[in-house]
Amino acid sequence: MVEVNAIYVLVARELIKFFRERARLVSTLARPVIWLFLVGGGMSRLVTPGEGVSYMQFIFPGILGMTILFSSIFSSISIIWDKEFGLMKEILVAPVSRLSIVIGKALSGTIVSSIQSTIILMLFPLLGIKMGALSILYVLAIAFLLSFTISSLGIIIATFYESFESFSAIMNFIVMPMFFLSGAMYPVNKLPEILKYISQINPLTYGIDALKHAMFQSSSMVDFSLITDLFVLSVLSMIFVTIASFIFERKK
Amino acid sequence: MPIIEVKNLSKHFGAIAAIRDVSFEVEEGTIFGFLGPNGAGKTTTINILCTLINPTSGSAAIAGYDCTEDSSIVRKSIGIVFQDTTLDRDLTAYENLMLHAYLYNLKKSEMKDRIHDALHFVGLYDRKDDTIKKFSGGMKRRLEVARSMIHRPRILFLDEPTLGLDPQTRANLWEYIVDLPKKHNVTIFMTTHYMDEAEVCDRIAIIDRGSIIAGGTPEELKKTVGGDVIHIKTSDNTRARDELEQHFSLEVSEENGELYFTSSRGDACIPEIIQTLGKTVHSVRLQRPTLNDVFLNMTGKKIRDEKMSSSDTLKEDVRAYRRRFGRS
Repeated sequence: MVEVNAIYVLVARELIKFFRERARLVSTLARPVIWLFLVGGGMSRLVTPGEGVSYMQFIFPGILGMTILFSSIFSSISIIWDKEFGLMKEILVAPVSRLSIVIGKALSGTIVSSIQSTIILMLFPLLGIKMGALSILYVLAIAFLLSFTISSLGIIIATFYESFESFSAIMNFIVMPMFFLSGAMYPVNKLPEILKYISQINPLTYGIDALKHAMFQSSSMVDFSLITDLFVLSVLSMIFVTIASFIFERKK
Repeated sequence: MPIIEVKNLSKHFGAIAAIRDVSFEVEEGTIFGFLGPNGAGKTTTINILCTLINPTSGSAAIAGYDCTEDSSIVRKSIGIVFQDTTLDRDLTAYENLMLHAYLYNLKKSEMKDRIHDALHFVGLYDRKDDTIKKFSGGMKRRLEVARSMIHRPRILFLDEPTLGLDPQTRANLWEYIVDLPKKHNVTIFMTTHYMDEAEVCDRIAIIDRGSIIAGGTPEELKKTVGGDVIHIKTSDNTRARDELEQHFSLEVSEENGELYFTSSRGDACIPEIIQTLGKTVHSVRLQRPTLNDVFLNMTGKKIRDEKMSSSDTLKEDVRAYRRRFGRS
């Protein structure tokens, strides 16, 4: 059972808050830009991925993935704040199915994160990447799907924590490893064996791989087929949403 | 049929029993007070009735629907003001009420009118476009009362609605609350530890250490204390004491130069006493038993003033921190 009104209002709430807090917008956009130009700029002197692709171009899909990762996770774990400051109770006593609450929260993260990744994507001409209108639409569609997957994963993470002290634990032990083991900074197939396996259970890996498909014509840049990427992301999204609503349904 | 029916309700958190075998009924259209010290099980009971947690055993039903089995139907018919504020502090008052209206799936055509009525009802219409950050504790509470009524619930739960408010704001808030049953035909289930506030209740249940130890109307409960206490000052206390004990066969005690005794018909016996003692009487004072006396009598302890728990203090700190440094 899905209540459209409830989903709509949860998303609207997130958007109002997002546009009201300009500082949050600026600070979440600053991180990927810094990585792209400072890390990317520095490393491009050392590393050449080949086939006429510079390192800065190579990590651009990864930087988009990073934008999505941080913004989606951050949006979802705001549930911890809602628990701490009470609004979650107001939502939980409302006659709204737990599935709608999860979808509403996941879509909130998805939309906020899609807006941010769209802004970052617009940097592509600066990097000498050539993309037509169609590829841009592809990229945006993939960004949307990936945002939904990560946001719904973030909701599951949030249900395990009761207070905001856990924020840095989530950042250090979940978000950063997810970023580094996603093929964002280096190709997955060049990783040591063990890390390669870990990166294969990381949803972000498939998202970034799909973004590479949409941005580069060359097939040597990607690790999986586009179909695999989209399939994995869609299935994971459904699994995450189901698990999250199950956790919400279960009462203490 | 009672609108709230609780039968043999128990809830265990691990080895700890928060409530044990609690049973009570609440009639429609009345104000029901649930009194007890901190940790007695009031909030646990409310949380079960509000479908937030499941009981370990026993049953709770609202308007005939079981709080565990039919939670979605129950949710539609209840409104709640929790102990801690549950407003979104980054949204305006109007947006908070709008959020509520959408969550309760109100018709679009009704939303605006109801929200405007609610804001007028608690006198916050002028502040509707201010974010909650700028609201005082009393304003937040009033807004939450207004919000809880927007979807026209049949039962309104108020968990310590006046906790932490100054006396004037408390009085102010009660003016709104006591009007609700008549105005909107709603049943009120409230907890409070201010005994004077419990006077407005039609019926009261007293809970201590997870079990209900007394129930009845405020008058009935006060009678259990044993009547009114009369204090008398006279020019000759020893003689007056003898006469009172002889004429009325009373047990009279003396404290601070004042005689006092308990009488089941306090106001009626004052004229008789003055007639008997004549001009030696300096002053007569009648003290009616309060719910505080009832509570003291039942539990052997005064209901404590609730102090801020450490987690509340922490929350306050975090709020202050977030105000200063923003969210991230």
